[in-house]
Amino acid sequence: MRLGVKLVLVCLAVAAAGVLIGFYASNLTTLAGSPAYSVPVQEVSGKKVVNLTLQTVAAIGPELSQNPDWVSYLIRNTQGQWKRETVWNLPANATVHVTIYNFDGASGLRNPYLGRPQGMVGNRILVDGKPVNAVDPNDASHTFAVPQLGLILAIPGVPDDAKHPCDFAPCSVSKDDHRKIQFTFKTPSKPGTFRWQCFVPCAAGWIDGFGGPMATIGYMDGYLNVKA
Amino acid sequence: MASEPAAAFTPDDRKHGRRVIVAWLVLSAIATPLVALFVGDHIPPGNSSVQGQGQVFDNAVMTALLTPVVCLMVVYFGYALVRFKARRNEAIVDGPPLRHDSRVQIAWMIVTTTTVLFLAGFGTYELLKDGAGGGQGPNPIAFPANHKSAFQVQVIGQQWQFTYRYPSLGGMESNQLMLPAHSVIEIHVTSLDVVHSFWAVELGLKADANPGVDNVVYVETKNPTTFHVRCAELCGLWHGYMFNNGRVVAQGQFASWAAHEKKVYASIAPFVNKPEDQGGAPYAHTYLPAPDRRAG
Repeated sequence: MRLGVKLVLVCLAVAAAGVLIGFYASNLTTLAGSPAYSVPVQEVSGKKVVNLTLQTVAAIGPELSQNPDWVSYLIRNTQGQWKRETVWNLPANATVHVTIYNFDGASGLRNPYLGRPQGMVGNRILVDGKPVNAVDPNDASHTFAVPQLGLILAIPGVPDDAKHPCDFAPCSVSKDDHRKIQFTFKTPSKPGTFRWQCFVPCAAGWIDGFGGPMATIGYMDGYLNVKA
Repeated sequence: MASEPAAAFTPDDRKHGRRVIVAWLVLSAIATPLVALFVGDHIPPGNSSVQGQGQVFDNAVMTALLTPVVCLMVVYFGYALVRFKARRNEAIVDGPPLRHDSRVQIAWMIVTTTTVLFLAGFGTYELLKDGAGGGQGPNPIAFPANHKSAFQVQVIGQQWQFTYRYPSLGGMESNQLMLPAHSVIEIHVTSLDVVHSFWAVELGLKADANPGVDNVVYVETKNPTTFHVRCAELCGLWHGYMFNNGRVVAQGQFASWAAHEKKVYASIAPFVNKPEDQGGAPYAHTYLPAPDRRAG
């Protein structure tokens, strides 16, 4: 084989490998990991209001993922279905009322400081209807945090002796034991993309509890696409 | 086997050599002061801290030393390209074989050895003077003046955020890095999971954040300013998002901010500051956090 042909083949092989690696990385790190869900917007007294309803589960189950034992967030769509979609389109300068149903047990925060709710309206959350301005770090099951917006809150876990624990998603709010967390935050006036994540090392079986679902879009992290 | 005799320099060779040397000396004499005067002060990281200012000086010295070297390469290659270019249709023939010249070799060794030894001595002095803004591990050996009265801050890295603890303010923790102006700061850098690197860009600070390790770095702040904080170690999926801004503020403003943050922190303080045997976090009291706490 001529030298020129060999060189061309080597260059093509390197380029192909680069493209494949690029696709793999972009699948993990961009919106390709999860379809973007446009959360319905209401107008209340001329102001934009959004209701975001989420659930957190210990295992996503075979129905919603090819990784059935991965921990995950889910969002409820307008038809009441739970979807594994963690990229959400939100309007700028809007009030977002968030309700999270947590069906998972406690893992504990690696940094107890993150048990202090902050960045939401009033710097406090409602846990099962009661106002809370600090969650015991050892009782934290997950967090919902948008570091760029200074928003962070810990989500208390379901007690270990719960009578009706949910094994895998989608879990039933009416049948399975859960904790209900509510809070309100405001989206920034300037559009942008803000990533959110869980800070509890809750990915059992992964190094330091932070691989797999903690580092894959569509499970324990995603983006807020704030649009004008 | 008899070695071939060294080719003698021809008058033409000497003419080319003189031209190159004169052109190099003239260009260096013009470029070096210009680089030192007009480029040096603009080299990162800037003059926001004493350590940053030191790095600007170091970079300026090295750039000034580098300038004559670059000038020599530019002049030599430029001259060779123009003077020795083959003319159209001219047959290309190999030149005479190169032979060693002891004078050139000795001169080359003296110049390069002197330069390298000077830079080694200069760099060592600059590093030991005040730490130069680099992490020194748990037992630092280079201190800035007044380091014994330094204000302590702990930088805690975790996937994927930095938080900042203030031991002298009751162990208060915040997600904002605020530093008092005109102060010596002793920063203890650690990580709760993987290896991160705390990089306060404009302050000229960089220290690795290793789990279970207390990496100490000193900085002496100057006037109020804003600086960027970035993670400088590839630490996972969201490494690129591991950044925020820090501020150096006047003493009074720092006191007001600290009082406000202490109020915000008060609700979580009972959990964080609990003794370790009662479920409290070990790093509430020490700079050596257990890295694997609650790992999955």
